[in-house]
Amino acid sequence: MGGQGTSLRRYALTRLVLVIPMVFILLTFVFLLMRVAPGDPITSSLGGRVPPEVVDEIKHDLGFDKPLYVQYVDYLGDIARGDFGTTITDRRQLGEIIRVNGAATLELTFFAMIVALVVGVTFGLIAGRFRDTWLDVGGRMFGIVIYAMPVFFIGLMAQLFFGSYLGWLPTSDRASPITQATLETHTNIFTIDALIERDGDAFVDVVKHLILPAVTLGLVTAGVFIRLIRVNVIRTMKDDYVEAARARGIDERSVVYHHAFRNALVPVITIVGLTVALLLSGAVLTETTFNWPGIGHTLILYLQNRDYTAVQGIIVVFALVVVAASVVIDFVNAYIDPRIRY
Amino acid sequence: MAVPVPSSVEPAQRTRLPGLRRALAPIADARGTTRTMLWLGVGITLAFILIALFAPLIAPYDFDTFQANGERFDQLEAPSTDHLMGTNVQSTDVLSRIIWGTQTELKVVLVSLFFSISIGVPLGLFAGYFGGKLDRALVLVMDALFVFPFLLLAIVIAFLLADKVGQGILSAAIAITVVYIPLYFRVVRNHTISIREEPFVEAARALGARPLTIIRKYVFFNVVQNVPPLATLNAADAILTLAALGFLGYGIQPTDGAEWGYDVNRAVSDAASGIWWTGLFPGLAIVLLVVGLTLLGEGLSETINPVLRKRPKAEADLSGSVAEAETP
Repeated sequence: MGGQGTSLRRYALTRLVLVIPMVFILLTFVFLLMRVAPGDPITSSLGGRVPPEVVDEIKHDLGFDKPLYVQYVDYLGDIARGDFGTTITDRRQLGEIIRVNGAATLELTFFAMIVALVVGVTFGLIAGRFRDTWLDVGGRMFGIVIYAMPVFFIGLMAQLFFGSYLGWLPTSDRASPITQATLETHTNIFTIDALIERDGDAFVDVVKHLILPAVTLGLVTAGVFIRLIRVNVIRTMKDDYVEAARARGIDERSVVYHHAFRNALVPVITIVGLTVALLLSGAVLTETTFNWPGIGHTLILYLQNRDYTAVQGIIVVFALVVVAASVVIDFVNAYIDPRIRY
Repeated sequence: MAVPVPSSVEPAQRTRLPGLRRALAPIADARGTTRTMLWLGVGITLAFILIALFAPLIAPYDFDTFQANGERFDQLEAPSTDHLMGTNVQSTDVLSRIIWGTQTELKVVLVSLFFSISIGVPLGLFAGYFGGKLDRALVLVMDALFVFPFLLLAIVIAFLLADKVGQGILSAAIAITVVYIPLYFRVVRNHTISIREEPFVEAARALGARPLTIIRKYVFFNVVQNVPPLATLNAADAILTLAALGFLGYGIQPTDGAEWGYDVNRAVSDAASGIWWTGLFPGLAIVLLVVGLTLLGEGLSETINPVLRKRPKAEADLSGSVAEAETP
């Protein structure tokens, strides 16, 4: 036991050390992309809109008049201190954007992930278990069609059907104006805020606003789960221990549920980690479709305003989130499966 | 006929044809649902290619035509005999935009596939075969690109290119290319590493073949088998990425050509007033083309991937319980 504990700790440490070059490369990549490629971000952002003296002043304020390598060191230092910068166009702190808009994205993606897991695991298991029957074909077709649907198209159809045709659910924003005005924000995650305030009406309102975007994003992500789980089930059904269980005379239902399914679901944790990047990409589109004020929608707005520092800051945040997710997933995997060690 | 065939060509042909037949054999062997999927995918994909090729003949109007015989079309007209799929806010014919859009989508995807394969595959081959520092550096960079949310990467590249070269087929294709290079790199590199250790490569090395010759003659043809299914699935993904770029306003300049994602974006504001035809049809076009390519790609990978392949003969001849015993 003790030996295993230390080896797990060693694995975790090694994994953490390996993150450093990855983060470093990502940050350098973003710097090259956002600061070096455009030449002069400030003029690109504000060019023609403000007088040249003001441009120079802002350049000086943000340190863009220093040599590139100094800017690069400053940039890395700032991020290490948790300072992601200030936007050029409206002088917002990136930290505040992450807190406010990031919370909206977190809320959306969390519920979307739940939808994805429920739909994906169910359909994936069924398709894999009944391979090559009409259930499998149906499940796989569903998986393929869902994958083929752009998230914004599902969103649009949902808006048309549940919003304007049936009139059941709101199709944009996180809450109705009244709730937005009255709800006291603690976490900026509205469902939690409503619960903290014990405000039932606000809670219902917030959940109603959440349903369409979360289901939309969740369904698209479910496609990935369906495919991978199906293949896993097929693979485990061929495995020796499933065969052995059958040979011992355990009845087929039990073999399927306790031996095949359980093992087929272990890699789901890894898939969850991989889908974080997918969810974030999907969130940009879902948020734009539903006017959800998350960080992805904010990114698009800043892109339209050509605000280079804002775009850079948000991209850095996205990159760090994805790297963090992959590390967490590796830890969880190593904890579950003792074979994964360095 | 009268043209003398140089005798040296013959052995080469003789060796290559069985190779081709061997490569196509799994497709001919495909049975059951896999076969259905494969052919359905071929059919849908082919249909779209034909639509793209014959767009000028099929499309009732140009993608930006908003009037005929000096008369402006109605805005947001519901589907009718004049406009089978209605018209949009700019009075252009939805059906015509979809047909011309097919051209745009396929062009962008072809260009981006060409770029990402011709960059990703050689990089993967060399990194995998030679290993060492170059390999490690490339893997790090590619992994970093790979963990990045792909759409964000594409958006940022498209945004930067829009600033420099403008929005068009080429910049959209480049944005998509950057996203997919790591995919080909990874698959080809990993496969190359395993092939490198095979006895026949060892033998070639022992005979004194130069690395380039080994890569070209022995490794490449083994590795390249993975590319068609990957590229087909990748094409499906690329369509989705392009549509997403278009939806966010970083696809094709609206004056340059019709693009489905852009059309769906314009339809979002119509949805509030219950107008469905401007969004439904271009959206369905995306879905159908992606489904076609996915079926094709999945069918291909399932017939080529031996792990998932079922042996058709055993399945056909033996009853289920005996067929199961055949698994080692």
